[in-house]
Formats: sequence, structure tokens, C-alpha cells
Amino acid sequence: MKTANKKVTAERLVRDALAKAKHFADYNIFTFIDEEGAIRRAREIDAKIARGEDAGRLAGVPYALKDNFISPRGETTASAHILEGFTSPVTATSVERLEAEGAIMIGRTNLDAFAHGSSTENSYFGATLNAYDRERVAGGSSGGSAVAVALDIVEFATGSDTGGSIRQPASFNGVYGLKPTYGAVSRYGVVAMASSLDCIGFFTKTPEDMDLLMSIAAGRDPKDMTTLPDYYGESKVGKAKKIGVIKDFDNGSVDSEIRGALKHKCDLLKKKGYEIVELTMPALKYALAAYYIIQPAEVASNLSRYDGVRYGFRSEKAKDLSSIYDKTRDEGFMPENKRRIMIGNFVLSSGFYDAYFLKAAKARTLIVQEYEKAFSQVDYILMPVSPNPAFKLGEKVNDPVAMYLEDVMSVSLNLAGVPGLAIPAGKSKTGLPLGLQLVGPRRSDKALIEFARELQEDD
Amino acid sequence: MEIKREDIIHLAELSDFSLAEEEIDKLGADLQGIIKYISQLDELDVSGVEPTYQVFEMENVWRPDEVVQQDASREQLLALTKESKDNQIKVPKVL
Repeated sequence: MKTANKKVTAERLVRDALAKAKHFADYNIFTFIDEEGAIRRAREIDAKIARGEDAGRLAGVPYALKDNFISPRGETTASAHILEGFTSPVTATSVERLEAEGAIMIGRTNLDAFAHGSSTENSYFGATLNAYDRERVAGGSSGGSAVAVALDIVEFATGSDTGGSIRQPASFNGVYGLKPTYGAVSRYGVVAMASSLDCIGFFTKTPEDMDLLMSIAAGRDPKDMTTLPDYYGESKVGKAKKIGVIKDFDNGSVDSEIRGALKHKCDLLKKKGYEIVELTMPALKYALAAYYIIQPAEVASNLSRYDGVRYGFRSEKAKDLSSIYDKTRDEGFMPENKRRIMIGNFVLSSGFYDAYFLKAAKARTLIVQEYEKAFSQVDYILMPVSPNPAFKLGEKVNDPVAMYLEDVMSVSLNLAGVPGLAIPAGKSKTGLPLGLQLVGPRRSDKALIEFARELQEDD
Repeated sequence: MEIKREDIIHLAELSDFSLAEEEIDKLGADLQGIIKYISQLDELDVSGVEPTYQVFEMENVWRPDEVVQQDASREQLLALTKESKDNQIKVPKVL
């Protein structure tokens, strides 16, 4: 990525990014743009460079921040009404690390409220448009971040991935999107969705940029006790030989052009001397059902904190303490937030706990074991990210189950905690980006990123 | 299983939502569809399988028993609420 130097200043890079953001304003990518703050920060970087000081590995690089990362620059809304007016005094660890290397946030990006969704249509601020077709969805939940990178407004953007929220919008917009190993990047300062599944990652235009961002952002954080010890920089990248494809997974639901893209990449790998191995992973068929039990259960718990008392929106209809809670939550959450909270409370309630939550936790064990077995047979797995390319705006937003089925091939990675890198894999006949994901065992993030170069082609 | 109207009202109470009448029916239909989908787990045999609640590989992460400086001050946090008094968040009368 382009960094600032004496000839090309940070201010120039930032002004270019801001101009592009303005040019594409009707895509509804940003919930907040900080022109003044970004230019001020760029001038600080330029002053450092002029003094001959090290301005960092991301000196003057403009980036976009998914609006569920907290920092004192602008309100953090998570694209939800209930956080209206909330400006955090605290900065997320990942933001601190990126900015310590000179990166400059130009704005915050739109998402499905609280990252609940697969299209960015569940945003309080309206949908973000797809970078390749304005009648289609950006994907989600990190839709704004994916489109900001795809339209070349910024060099990179942050995202969070609980069940596909980085990989699916990346594949809908033809960019790279990484969901790292669970615990690779600190979750401190990111609005919690489902804590045992949430991962912090990035959108980039190249594997090299992804590697750079991970080398900066990954690592142990005393503020997040579920971060893994530093391993990213020391990862050994051995030579891969066998690549797996899952035989029994897609139930015929995958679009023929995405199947074609998978076959094409497998042929490319064969030509390069890799062996393609067919895998049988029968429990994956149940991953989506297990995910839509475990995730809402954790959502119900994490979202119980939004009550209109300590911060954010409070309903004007609230007259007493109890109505502060229930009127604020009723008006402040989007319908999809409510569905997930209620399903979560359903699967956790006595009488249903064993049949739903406990059963899903056991299914999760089978899924973890299937991945472990798969990675004893192959180095990586290559598979689709989603069953279809970007769909039409409005097509699925009123049918929750149809929207959930978008995640059918992405959620199992979160359940197992393994990393997945969404890679561009050509275009459909109508010009829509197609995406695939490379999946590896835990802590293989760096190797996956390196291996993605083997799959690069001019398309 | 079938979700009845009173189940939706109960779940709304558990979730602290004061739902409008028309929303109860709409959410009821949505939730019914979702529960139907997730109920396909019924056909999966998990006998003898232990549950997994987290995929973090480590246990008992210790930190030194020291007072740690917080990232936000009391004043900053109180400034986020609608009303405060004597360094505490003020809410309407409970009783």
C-alpha cells in the first residue's frame, strides 16, 4: 500500500481519500467522516517525516473503521439507534496499534446494526450499495468497510467477523477479507456480539497488505484475556502440498458460477503441482443451525447492557425505571436485533436449554473435531464463502431464514475458531465478483495469506 | 415446536421489550420460522459428545494482582449518561 513520504505527503493521501469518499457519498458507506481530524493527523505525520523521524509502517495511510470499534473520534453507533450520542472516551486496542504505525482513520463505516445481518440492510442508517452493482447489497455485516476498499477510497478497512461478516462482504465486492484465528487480534474496544465467536480482521486489496496489518494488529493484549500469545510474526510457513475441497457440504445450494470458480482454482492448483483431496465433513451440515442457537444466546447476554441508563439513546416515552429499559430497548433496537435477543432467550430458557443450547454446544464439538481431522489430511481447505454472489437489495431482508442461509458456508469457521481468508475468484457473467475462502488450522493465518498468492490471477 | 402468542409475550418480557401489538404477530411469525430451522439439530446424534463453549486454547490467564489504571475516568463515564448527581447515575423513582 502507498505510504506517505517526502514527495507524496500524508495530507495528499488523506485529501485524496476524503475526495473519493465524497464522490461516492450515495453508496452510503460512511456513518461519519472526520475530515478535520484526519487532516490534522496527516499534518502531524508529515511533520515527523520532514524531521526525518520514523512515521511508522502505515505512515499516512488512510483507512476506514467499522463503526463498531470504539475511539473518541466520532460517535460509535454500531449502526444502531440505541447507541445514538455515544462517543467513547476509550480507544480499541486494534485502533491504537494501527494508529501507532501512522494509519489515519478518515471515517466510520456502515454495518448491520450490532453486526446482525448479512447485507448491511439492517442498519439504522440504511443500506450500503454494492461496489459493482448499485441495485445489489454490499453484503454484511461489514458492508461499508468492504465497499470502501473495493471503490479504492481507502487502502484498508477494519471489520469484525462473528459468522462471516468480513468474508462475505469481501467476496461480494472482490477484495480480500480475513477472519483470523479466534484470539489472534484483540477484541478490546469492539462492540461485543457473540464473545466466543467474534474475531477482528481486515479488508485489503492484496495478500501483502493483509500480512502487514496482521503483523501490526495481532498479538497478546492484557486488556483482552482471550488473546493468544504473539505467534503471528514467528509463524513458520511450510510448503503446502494437499488442498482439501469438501465433498458433501453444499447440498446443491451453491450457485453454478461459484462452483465454476472453485473448480477453476482447483485446476490452477493442480497445474502448480498441488494435490486436491476430497473431504467428507458431515457435521458441517448442522453448523448453521448450531450457530443460530449459540450466537443469539451470546447476543442476548451481550446486548442486555443496552438499557438507556448509562449511555446512548433513551426513549422519550420512558416515565419510570422499568419503562426506561423496555421502551428504550423497543425503540432502540432494529427488528433483527430483537429477533436474535428473543431467540437467544428462548434457547437458554429452562425447558429448552438441553434441546437447543446444549445440543448446539455438542454439535460444535463435532465441528471442531471434523476440522481437526480434515487438517490431519490436508494443509488447507478451499471452499465458497457464500452460496451466491451479491443479491438484490430488498430480496432477503424480510425473510430472516433466507438471510441466515447466506452464512451457511462461513459460520463453521467461527464455531471451530479456525482462520479463513476470503479471496477474489473472478467475476460472474453479469460482472459480479465471486469469492472463495481459504481455511487453515488455528494459527495458520500467515500461511493462508502467503498461500493466497498462489491463487492470484489477472481477472 | 409451535410458538404461541403468549410465548412471544413472555420472551419479550425476558428481553425487556415493550412490543406493540402488531409487532408481536410479526415477530412471532419470524421466530417460528427460525425455530423451525434450528430444530433440524434434532436429527443429529450427539450421544457421548461433550459440549464446547469456547475455542480459546488456553485456560486461567493470570495477571499480576496490581491496581490497573482504567482507560476512562469517572467524570468521562458520567458525562455519557442523561443525568447524574453526586457522582452517581440518576434514574427515575423506582418505588
